[in-house]
Amino acid sequence: MMNRLLSLRDSREAAARGARRSLRWQRALPRGRSLVTAVPYGWLLLFFLLPFLFVLQISFSEVEIASPPYRALVTRAEDALHIALNLGNFTYIFGDPLYFDAYLGSLRMAAVTTLICLLIGYPVAYTIARAPEAKRNTLLMLVMLPFWTSFLVRVYAWMGILDNEGLLNHLLLSLKLIDAPLALMHTQLSVQVVMVYAYLPFMILPLFSNLVKLDGRLLEAAADLGCKPWKSFLTVTLPLSKNGVIAGSMLVFIPAVGEFVIPELVGTPESLMIGKVLWMEFFDNNNWPMAAAVTIVMVALLLVPIVYLHKREEKSLARAAKH
Amino acid sequence: MKSFETNLAYSAGAHNAKPYLQIVDVVKKFGDHTAVDHLNLSITKNEIFALLGSSGCGKSTLLRMLAGMETPTSGKIILDGEDITHLAPYERPINMMFQSYALFPHMSVAKNIAFGLKQDGLPRGEIDERVEGMLELVQMKKYAHRKPFQLSGGQQQRVALARSLAKRPKLLLLDEPLGALDKKLRQQTQLELVNLIEQVGVTCIMVTHDQEEAMTMAGRIGIMSEGQLLQVATPGEIYEHPNCRFTAEFIGETNLFGGHVIEDEPDFVRVQSTELPRPVRIGHGITGTLGMPVWLSLRPERVGVTRRQPVSHGNWAAGTVSDIAYLGGFSIFHVRLDTGKVVKASVPATRWREEAAPIWDEPVFVSWADNDAVVLTQ
Amino acid sequence: MNGKNISGFGKLSLSLVFSFLYVPILILIAYSFNASKLVTVWGGFSKQWYTVLFNDDAVVSAFGLSLQIALLSSAMSVVLGILAGLVLARFGPFQSKSLFAGMITAPMVMPEVITGLSMLLLFVEMQQWFGFPAERGVLTIWVGHVTLCMAYVTVVIRSRLVEMDRSVEEAAMDLGARPLKIFFQITLPIIAPAIASSLLLAFTLSIDDLVITAFLSGPGSTTLPQLIFSRVRLGLNPEINALATITVLAVTVLVIGANRVMVKAELRRVRLAAAT
Repeated sequence: MMNRLLSLRDSREAAARGARRSLRWQRALPRGRSLVTAVPYGWLLLFFLLPFLFVLQISFSEVEIASPPYRALVTRAEDALHIALNLGNFTYIFGDPLYFDAYLGSLRMAAVTTLICLLIGYPVAYTIARAPEAKRNTLLMLVMLPFWTSFLVRVYAWMGILDNEGLLNHLLLSLKLIDAPLALMHTQLSVQVVMVYAYLPFMILPLFSNLVKLDGRLLEAAADLGCKPWKSFLTVTLPLSKNGVIAGSMLVFIPAVGEFVIPELVGTPESLMIGKVLWMEFFDNNNWPMAAAVTIVMVALLLVPIVYLHKREEKSLARAAKH
Repeated sequence: MKSFETNLAYSAGAHNAKPYLQIVDVVKKFGDHTAVDHLNLSITKNEIFALLGSSGCGKSTLLRMLAGMETPTSGKIILDGEDITHLAPYERPINMMFQSYALFPHMSVAKNIAFGLKQDGLPRGEIDERVEGMLELVQMKKYAHRKPFQLSGGQQQRVALARSLAKRPKLLLLDEPLGALDKKLRQQTQLELVNLIEQVGVTCIMVTHDQEEAMTMAGRIGIMSEGQLLQVATPGEIYEHPNCRFTAEFIGETNLFGGHVIEDEPDFVRVQSTELPRPVRIGHGITGTLGMPVWLSLRPERVGVTRRQPVSHGNWAAGTVSDIAYLGGFSIFHVRLDTGKVVKASVPATRWREEAAPIWDEPVFVSWADNDAVVLTQ
Repeated sequence: MNGKNISGFGKLSLSLVFSFLYVPILILIAYSFNASKLVTVWGGFSKQWYTVLFNDDAVVSAFGLSLQIALLSSAMSVVLGILAGLVLARFGPFQSKSLFAGMITAPMVMPEVITGLSMLLLFVEMQQWFGFPAERGVLTIWVGHVTLCMAYVTVVIRSRLVEMDRSVEEAAMDLGARPLKIFFQITLPIIAPAIASSLLLAFTLSIDDLVITAFLSGPGSTTLPQLIFSRVRLGLNPEINALATITVLAVTVLVIGANRVMVKAELRRVRLAAAT
């Protein structure tokens, strides 16, 4: 009897101990997790999201000769709050053809760059993905190596080639293909060539990682069912690589719209790209409110593709997690 | 009903010994989906128990709740008198051998086995000693310093087993223990594994979808479907006396006939089925009422195939051979009855010593004994 | 997909693209050894521009600053990126998780002029409100680079965590290890190659960044890309060729070396997967 009572007490104690421990466990874990979440989350809220609110605020401000060079939206005078919303920057942007042309020119340049990168990048990504496994890694590394080297260096490399006194003109002249040097530098063409050069790896990498997953047996099955190679490419490979095409295109298009360095170094002074306009408003004209307004319009333009890309990537990651 | 009585006898046997692990009314819901549905189960000490079911039946969820990877929505899990329902996995005296083995790829075999012991803060000497013992037990001493990727599948399985036994858990969980091995190796390893577990003397619950594995290794089997245990019994009992249609069809092959009771006597019953030409006589009474709908389960190896019409009793039917699957030691005859129903009969090769085996489209008779058909009421 | 051999068309497209990618860089390297001051006219072999480069104090100090910032920001971004990767790959859904995931990807594609300008305005406002940071310099550049780099790091770490076999972590927990211990003893060693490559990525992104740096730097802090940019704006300059050559060689050695290590690690992983 005594023994039974004792053992009963023991087991009760054990159960109580277990309950206490589990409570501690359940309390401790979420706390650790929220800490882990809070650090990067807080960083991004503070340094990425919050700044956009300031950009928005300052875009409604007016330029002032002061430090910082804009008028505060909210002022206190005679114990009353004055809020001065200035829409002038935006009406200016939509009214002045300079800005409109710059936006349009940037979008067009980015779109053409994306298209050319796709046309060049697809065969390359496809070839590397279909290459024997031993060679695949080396080939991919060779494609990506320029991406690792400095962006500025890559742009600079083209300056020597495209210069009006540059190598390409020298070559063409010595081959007697032309009589006088061509104006290659500081043209739309030079911007276009360098843009494609700089952004090509961003297209190839997502295309490759998509195509490499494509099951080669699908193509064998298509061939077995009497499909000609080019037709099985159109009906099997291309549709299945849709996600890679979209991801690559977005990764090229979105940052290309706001490109500054390339139009600055090899572009024409007349046809501006919006990234350069923003830079000039900020650094040369010291017109911060205008630069902010230009930014807001650019973000508004790019928000849809960015969110679209993000949703697609999340979906494919969720699929990967399931397998 | 016989199967019911025997079932009772077995579960009484299980209850006589003190339950070591008790799963009490456990429910697990994922959103709207109920993975485990008010499940009760008791396991005695040193038992090897198999949870058998097809994928998605909730067996893995149940195992993960025992390991502590999932928390039950409601219900209790009691191990050796202690309520462990809400203990974290690392606080439970339970270890698991994972389906993919989940060996730590960056640690050697010895380090893998030592990992759990280190978490307990055992002195180094004792850790080394126990790792040594484990390596010896699974005959992997030679490979102590190899990394997992340098081992074959069978060797990895043994390391995983050693790792989960090293802490001397009160309960060992095996998740599809041999699922990753190829068929030949699996059959050989099944008995090896049972011997090891019995040698160590650990209570063990395994999850599998492979009935052969469950029947070879386990002392008792629980058939799971849609989050519930349909039948818990020994392998023989489950095969010979399934308690429901699902179990009868899930374990092995069977012929099922729907019908109803037309004669209910204390020592026999008759069941009329539209799929059979005449009422079937069952040689024992059942707990049921006259006219109740039932199913008859008739294992193929219980069905005889003859050219001559069977005499004496009514448990036979005429038909023609519609298909023959020759499997060496025996053949499966598909006999189409006049009612249209196809009956499968598994006939040993030795049956055809005196006469030639029937051929396609040959008229034959199928027959069975009074106690061969099992009456299923659900 | 696995083919047997590269087709003729494949060989053609590969060789065209590789020459497109590498000829400009090779020319750049060749002309760094040009004796002539005119970058485009060959005047014989000379190493003089390297001498000029190494004696250029502005270049040397700018490089020092860039190196310092790159080391600091790659270290921090890897820490933050691992945390963010864990949150996205391992923690269940929580409120505003999609906002978090969105903020992680956005800096990767967002044109840098936008990121740079908006961060600058933040710091200006902060200075007005709190008087901190007092001036723009290493600290503000560091914050900008960390924000940019952690996006890349998170993507790399997250996808590695997603494809990692979770039952290995569960096995460690089952054997009595607590979450923190599992992270350090199991998860970190397994994803170490991904961490190394994301560290390398973050380092190169930071040491190469011009646009964000331009917005966030102060009068006293000129990084190497800023210096190159200001000189290149004025036209071709053989000294820059020499500097570019060194950059290219350094990156090539680093990337090829890292790639070798990664290939080995990958091979082991594949073999393990094949064995199970």
